[in-house]
Amino acid sequence: MIPLDINELFLVGAAIFVVLAIAMFYRAVAGPTTQDRLLAVNVLGTNTVVILALLAAGLDQPWFLDVALIYALLNFLMAIAISKFTVERGGVL
Amino acid sequence: MIDTLYVGAIVVLLALGVFFTFVSAMGVLRLPDVYARAHTASQTDTLGAGLALAAVALALGWQQASVYTVLLLFFVFITNPTAAHAIARSAAEMGIEPWSGADGDPSSDGGAVPDGGEPIDERSSEPGHERETTEGSHGGDPR
Repeated sequence: MIPLDINELFLVGAAIFVVLAIAMFYRAVAGPTTQDRLLAVNVLGTNTVVILALLAAGLDQPWFLDVALIYALLNFLMAIAISKFTVERGGVL
Repeated sequence: MIDTLYVGAIVVLLALGVFFTFVSAMGVLRLPDVYARAHTASQTDTLGAGLALAAVALALGWQQASVYTVLLLFFVFITNPTAAHAIARSAAEMGIEPWSGADGDPSSDGGAVPDGGEPIDERSSEPGHERETTEGSHGGDPR
């Protein structure tokens, strides 16, 4: 009835998200401050979580969502830890 | 009928998620300083990720995996602005001046201090950068 395959749609969306995540590498390499690089890596990690969820729907393997959940936790912990350690005795949160 | 509506809702949510993530990527690449980039990373990227994860949760239907997806969606909604806030606050405590926007091109990072804390030497040769450096600093330009 519907000519559109929903799994291929998720794979195409994941491919676009991969391209947008690769574009974050420019700011991660060329960012003038440490916080610019950290922010770019944080956005890249969020894109990676979304890519993992889209692949879980597109490839029909739901255990990718566990990997995405752990990756989101580690991404948040990385952003908080590095932004706390770049400031001397700073309470950043 | 209901199947067309279902697929249409998934397509619309996924397209909006890709669009907002594209806006976020352009903002992180193009905006002038770290505070503006933290702004676009906290708001637009959270909305794009949330819409794409909502499309995934709608496609998976009623099963255990969609519970994981909704949990992931709430987690991203809470932690992503918090992380951007912590990054912007650490930038403020390091003494990075916000971009004033008075003059100069937006591609130059206004008032930004590089990683070591020294002023940026190779950027002072750009024409839009005279507002931080004095005129005499161009005499020592290696070019």
